Amino acid sequence: MLGYLIRRLAQAVVVVFAMSIIVFTGVYAIGNPIDVMIDPGATAEIREKLIAQYGLDQPLWRQYFTFLANVAQGDMGTSMVYNIPVVDLVFSRLPATLELVFVSVCIATFIGIPAGLYAGYRPDSVAAKLIMALSVLGFSVPTFWIGMLLIMTFAVNLGVLPSGGRGDVGSLLGIPTSLATLDGWSHVIMPALNLSLFKMGLMIRLTRAGMVEAMRTDYVKFARAQGLTDREIIFSHVLRNISIPIVTVFGLELGSTLAFAVVTESVFTWPGVGKLIIDSILQLDRPVMVTYLVLVVILFVLINLTVDLVYARLDPRVRLKGGS
Amino acid sequence: MSDTLTPEGNVTATASAAPAETRASRLRDFWSDYRRSPIAVLSLAVVVLLAALSFGAPLVAPQDPYDMAALDWLDAFLPPGTEGSGGYTHLLGTDNAGRDMLSAILYGLRTSFVIGLSAGALALMVGICVGLSAAYFGGRLESLLMRVVDLQLSMPAILLALVLVAMLGQGVGQIILALVVAQYAYFARTTHGAATVERGKDYIEAARSTPLPTRRVLFRHLLPNVLPPLIVVATVQVASAIALEATLSFLGVGLPLTEPSLGSLISNGFKYIHTDRTWLSIYPGIFLMITVVAINLVGDQVRHVLDPKNQR
Repeated sequence: MLGYLIRRLAQAVVVVFAMSIIVFTGVYAIGNPIDVMIDPGATAEIREKLIAQYGLDQPLWRQYFTFLANVAQGDMGTSMVYNIPVVDLVFSRLPATLELVFVSVCIATFIGIPAGLYAGYRPDSVAAKLIMALSVLGFSVPTFWIGMLLIMTFAVNLGVLPSGGRGDVGSLLGIPTSLATLDGWSHVIMPALNLSLFKMGLMIRLTRAGMVEAMRTDYVKFARAQGLTDREIIFSHVLRNISIPIVTVFGLELGSTLAFAVVTESVFTWPGVGKLIIDSILQLDRPVMVTYLVLVVILFVLINLTVDLVYARLDPRVRLKGGS
Repeated sequence: MSDTLTPEGNVTATASAAPAETRASRLRDFWSDYRRSPIAVLSLAVVVLLAALSFGAPLVAPQDPYDMAALDWLDAFLPPGTEGSGGYTHLLGTDNAGRDMLSAILYGLRTSFVIGLSAGALALMVGICVGLSAAYFGGRLESLLMRVVDLQLSMPAILLALVLVAMLGQGVGQIILALVVAQYAYFARTTHGAATVERGKDYIEAARSTPLPTRRVLFRHLLPNVLPPLIVVATVQVASAIALEATLSFLGVGLPLTEPSLGSLISNGFKYIHTDRTWLSIYPGIFLMITVVAINLVGDQVRHVLDPKNQR
């Protein structure tokens, strides 16, 4: 297990470095931030000075190494738009995104898995067909459009929920979060539901597929023959056997939820990192883009690593095959 | 003499007739399986109808919504069903520039189909090349290609497409390119999976022992046998390309409002969400939703029919 862990860690580090080079080169290729940043009326002297100050006169590879050296000291650069360190900027926005993702993953799991279990248990019932139809809608209809419908229904027509923003931010166990206040909950519930629909659809399908497959297997037949009730069979045998794909998707989807938050946050003007990255792309705020993308890469690599390790823990065959 | 000639003639005759016959009958079998689901048949009809309407938009639509000369500011914000200065009824109303929404939607839908189909087709080709070469040649090439594919698959397509569009700039060509880069991995993964299974089979071994060029073995022997799962992926990816384009345009990094696109129409309508001009965002959204869901339902049924577990 230790050898496996070390090997996977080393791979992860290589991937992060490779991706940071790709991201840096890619972002460098986007437009010229000088044109956006500097007042066109500025003198050539001021232009030169600012270009030198941001290091934009250096060749790309040197800029990359300066960037790496700065990152090593915990400095990811300064936002060209907000004029504050990017690290502070991103971390001030991160809690909002994390709480949105947390609530939406909870919604997806606590509705998706039971719904999927039922749809797989009674695949021919009307309720199961309805659940499956909803799951198709959930992951084929674009998120932003459903979000807009939610706003139209609950904010504009019914007027029961706010249409955007984060609301009052309270403190829960020392962490500032809008989940501590009722007003915060009223703000988070609609975007969270919007963000959860895709995952919920996926959860429903996965759980249903696993359930249908599992109910045909011999161990379920033997458990029936033993006189166990369906409830006991499902919760002590089936659920355990179908848990591997669910755990995987859960882990992988955690990351994609963060990415999808870009769309939901824009629709609901939720002040998280997703809104920040869209704004910085539109305003050519390079340091923010690079930081966000590198953080996303690290996040995805970590999620993949964790899923692999959990796999290895759950299923010994994985660590024997891919191990030291 | 004639004895030996006749069987030979028969052999060639059946050999040349057989593939055409089985192909036709396979298609017939496929269709008779496919039409068992009325919803899937309806979805297919909807997709065909929408495609026909949108590609025939210049003939069907009452107005060319992107010809500035045809627009009249006095027609702005007419609710659905009002007659405008053009002398015809705006069935779905008009927008802030006096554009007929139905025409704008049909033109936008055409852009969606063009982008979805070309991105899907190109991604399919790139994916097939990557997946087949990886599976066939194996070794270092395989592990390198598939590692890149896996890494890309772990990232959501929307994020990749977003970054690429930001780098490449706005425009139809740029969006297609971004979508191909974001989506080819799904095809590569599927091709690789199916081709790895096929490669181990005897007929590939037999084909390789003949002096046929590698290219021919890959594309004439291996490819046809990995196609069924790819067809399913292609359907789903076309729908997802359409949805992705709409999302990018909605976020403001896709197509500009001067180019017809469902996403930019919805984005424009979104500005008026707090007014009662809901037709500006509702109708393009409904068309988008129907298109994407119908294509997905078609894909679902194709998957169901091609699944060996469900074969009679």
